This record gives sequence, structure tokens and C-alpha cells, in this order.
Amino acid sequence: MALIAVALAVLPFALAAVGTTWVRITNLAILFILLSLGLNIVVGFAGLLDLGYIAFYAVGAYVYALLASPQFDIHWPFWAVVPLGALVACIFGVLLGAPTLKLRGDYLAIVTLGFGEIVRIFLNNLSQPVNITNGPQGISRIDPIRIGNLSLGSTDTLAGLTFSGPIKYYYLLIVVLLLVLIVNVRLQHSRIGRAWEAIREDETAARAMGIDTMRMKLLAFAMGASFGGIAGSIFSAMQGFISPESFVLVESIMVLSMVVLGGMGNIWGVAAGALLLSFVPELLRYTVGPMQQALFGRSIIEPEVIRMLLFGLALVVMMMYRPAGLFPSAVRRRELTRRTQAQ
Amino acid sequence: MSAPLLQAENVGKYFGGVQALLGVSFAIRADEIYGLIGPNGAGKTTLFNLITGFAAPDSGRVSFEGRPLAGLKPDAIAKLGIARTFQNIRLFANLSALENVMIGRHARTRAGVAAAVLRTRAQRAEEAAIEARAAELLDYVGIAARADALARNLSYGDQRRLEIARALATEPRLLALDEPAAGMNATETQALAGLLRRVRSDGVTLVLIEHDMHLVMGLCDRVLVLDFGRRIAEGTPREVQHDPAVAAAYLGAPAA
Repeated sequence: MALIAVALAVLPFALAAVGTTWVRITNLAILFILLSLGLNIVVGFAGLLDLGYIAFYAVGAYVYALLASPQFDIHWPFWAVVPLGALVACIFGVLLGAPTLKLRGDYLAIVTLGFGEIVRIFLNNLSQPVNITNGPQGISRIDPIRIGNLSLGSTDTLAGLTFSGPIKYYYLLIVVLLLVLIVNVRLQHSRIGRAWEAIREDETAARAMGIDTMRMKLLAFAMGASFGGIAGSIFSAMQGFISPESFVLVESIMVLSMVVLGGMGNIWGVAAGALLLSFVPELLRYTVGPMQQALFGRSIIEPEVIRMLLFGLALVVMMMYRPAGLFPSAVRRRELTRRTQAQ
Repeated sequence: MSAPLLQAENVGKYFGGVQALLGVSFAIRADEIYGLIGPNGAGKTTLFNLITGFAAPDSGRVSFEGRPLAGLKPDAIAKLGIARTFQNIRLFANLSALENVMIGRHARTRAGVAAAVLRTRAQRAEEAAIEARAAELLDYVGIAARADALARNLSYGDQRRLEIARALATEPRLLALDEPAAGMNATETQALAGLLRRVRSDGVTLVLIEHDMHLVMGLCDRVLVLDFGRRIAEGTPREVQHDPAVAAAYLGAPAA
């Protein structure tokens, strides 16, 4: 335990030695872990397929951007805006959940997909007649998070160590991640977690057990959305600039892939899946180009294209050989292997 | 005589043009074992669905402990004190037997998100109580040794028992069993009858749909016979057995 803590504390400095970019990549990876854990509540625990999850990330990001930037010249402190971002995202979660409660499977997926697009299109067009979101240009010069006199956006030196902005955000993200992990683990092993599991296994039987399935599904949507909102707010502050382009459908699918790859319902698997899918493409970005240069003397295929090719290939291979994910939860593995066992 | 535990008055249900139930009335008294029999398609399971809120009657009304059940969802009815099992067993197949029964405690426990996240003292105590009660119920129905087995790996008879344990976990006043002996051999059925008598003596009223006439006649205090959605007889097993209408329903009308 102590060893892990030390490793996590030293990590950003090791990464910074390679290049500050890697600290930034790590920070984004942690944000994606947060998102995956949020989506895991909806998809993994309650079994509701959500293809528009990135919308909640967008809501959190825009709440922060609007209340802490020169856009309206409002500069609220982060401890007010981040919870507010979570709350507004939570409300959007309920707004999406309420009308879709009776839908299952594919139908739910289609509606959530539409919801994600609606949010993005609104963000894109809310620059007229009153300019709220600044449209496709996005919002820039967003305030960094400030804790007392300490701004996470600038570089400080303490005891001979240089704490750059990304390194400070890294520590903040680790703390948030730890809290979110605790919340997830505790929820899973509670009366609420069991109710979600019951709904996923057999909704009719769950209702007969006195579980208010409508309320429990809404709760799953609301909880998942809140985590998305928190991640979005921090993303906004960390980047200093956001635009609707950050919240496209592909991002929703990316987060869903992380959940599925890691193993739906297994908190640690999902975290691992998010880490893997965040880092592997980045590693490929830095290796594919030079490798082609070395092999053929020139770049034959765009690194970006190869990245997506390999990514797609990995997902296909996964689905063929480990349909329940790399680290499936015990229950999910049983669900997905039911047919083969019954034979 | 005291007021009935469950009362159905003139209950009717249509599926498209088909009359599943037509003006059926009956009353279940507290502490009795009430049987529901009739040929296939008589409307027995439909009647169960009306009692437990999985379907709404098109006419008539059902009340439980004097309280009308109209408009209540299944989970609300479960909280009022009616539990049920299903004709084609509906367990949480990929969870352990113990977890199945723990889920049954949902309606009688309260810890919410905040309590779960903060692991309050009350929440931890409740969790321990849920697990203890679930283990107790598994022992009660006689499958304590299988607590950690997955529901889907239990034998057919044990699955039926587990479903009863899970239903009892909701602390029902009325337990509705849809063909509890289906697929059981004579020995298992015998043991089931013993279990059901014990449940009744512990203060739970039972209503059961059953095709095993031997079990019905030996176990039930009173029996309601349905045929094509109509009530054709009610009475003690002996009375019903000698009712010409019942014989006609089961064997066809006697030659004129």
C-alpha cells in the first residue's frame, strides 16, 4: 500500500523527466478512468447501455467554463463550481433517465446516443441569439483551479522541486480518483449495488422483491452523470479551453470501449481498461512513425490511421477471445458464458 | 369471522378479445392455505399477476388487508406484504443463493447512497443483519449448505426452495406460489408440503397454484377452481373433488 502511494507520488516527476507531455497524457488518462467508473455504474452495475455518456462530461465542463472564465466575467471558486457541475450533470442524468426508463437494450442505446448529440449540437449553436457558449469557437482562458493562494495553473518551486501545472493537477486528480474509487466500491457492496445487480439479472424478479426499479435506474443515471460532471469540470480547468469538438460521439464510444475492454462491472478492470486505452494510442503515436521511418525509410501510412487500425483490431480480437473483458467481474463472466456452459 | 386478508371482487381481465378472467370473486382468510386450481389456460397465473401488481384488472377490484391494490406497482405491493414466486423460476441465476436472499431484504431495509458511501455504523449493522437473516432463511428452507453456490447451479428442487426463501425475505403476510411442486418427484413434493405447513404455522398465509392434485388435496384448507376465466367452484378439497362442474372441467362434460 505504502509502496503504491510512493510510486504514485514520484510518478509525475519521472514522467516530467521524459517530457511534460507525458504528465498531461497521464492526467487525461486519469480523467478517462473517472469517466469509465461513472459509466460503469450505468452500464456495468445497472446494465443500461448508454451511448451518450460524454454529454455529462460536456455539461460539467461547460458549467465550469461559464462560471469561471472571462466569458461572462464570472470567476467563482472551484469548490463551488465543481460540485455545481456535478449537480447540473446529475440533473441532466435524470432528464435523460426519466423518459427512457421503460426502454431496454438497443432502444435505450439509440435514445442515449441521440441525447449525446443533442447536447453537443446545443453547445455548438448556443451563440445566437444570446451568446452563451460561444459556439464552435469554444470558451478560452478558463480559470485554473485555485486552492487558497495556490494556483494549479502555474509553476511553483518547493524544496528544490519544480511543481509544474500538470504535476499539480496530477495530484488533484489522484485524490479525486481515490474518492471516486471508494464511492464505487462501497456502492457496489451495498443494498443499492445489489438492487442494481438484481435489475440487470432479472428486472421482473427485482420488482417482485420490492425494488423500485424506476427509482434505482434513475439513481444509476444520476450517479453516473455526476461523476461525468466532476471529470468535465476538472478537464475544463486543466485545459483552460473547451469547445464542442471535445465532446463528440467518438468520445462516448471510447469511454464505453474502456468499460467493455476492462470488464463491465469490475471496478478495477474498468480502471485498467481506461488506462490501457488512454496510453496505448499515445505510445503508438510516438512509435509508429519512427518505426516506419526505420523500416522503410519513409512514412507509408499516416500514424493516425495506423493507430485507429490497431485500435479496431484490438477490439475485434477482444470480442472474439475475451467477450467479458480483460478483467471481467465474476458475475458478468458467468452471464456472458451462460450459453456455452448450458450446452 | 374476521375480515379476509385478501379479497377479490368481480375481477375481470381481457387480453385483446380473449377473456382471461371473468367476474371472479374470492376471499383468502388469514393463516389458511388457499389453493388455486384449474386446467391450463384457466387464468390462474393471470389472477396471480393481478394480485401482485404485474397486471391491472380491467374490471373489479382487489384489496389486501382492507386496502385497495388498484394502481400499485409490484414493488409497492411487495412492500405491503405480498410476495410471490414464478411459474418458470426467476432467480438471479448468476448470483449465489445467499445473495439472492439478501436482495429479497431490499424492501425491509433502508440504507441509501449516502449511508453506503460513508459506511455509517447503522449501514454496517444493517448489512450484517441482512446477511444473517438471509443465511437464516436458507437454513429455514433447508439449503444452508448451498449458500455460496450459484443459483443456476442448484438442483431444480433447491431452486424452488431458494425462490421461497427469497420471497420470505420480504417478510410477506401473504405468499403466492406459482406451481411450487412443478418438476419435483414424490419425495421432494412431500418435503415441500412440510415446508409450506411450517411457513403457515409461522404466520404467513399461503395461496398456491398447483397441478399436483395429491399435494393440493392434502395441503390446502380451501380450493378455488377456475375454468376458462370463470370461477366454477370453491370449498374444501373434499367438497371440490365431488363437485360435478369440476369433474366436467377436467374430464370434459359427461355424455348427455
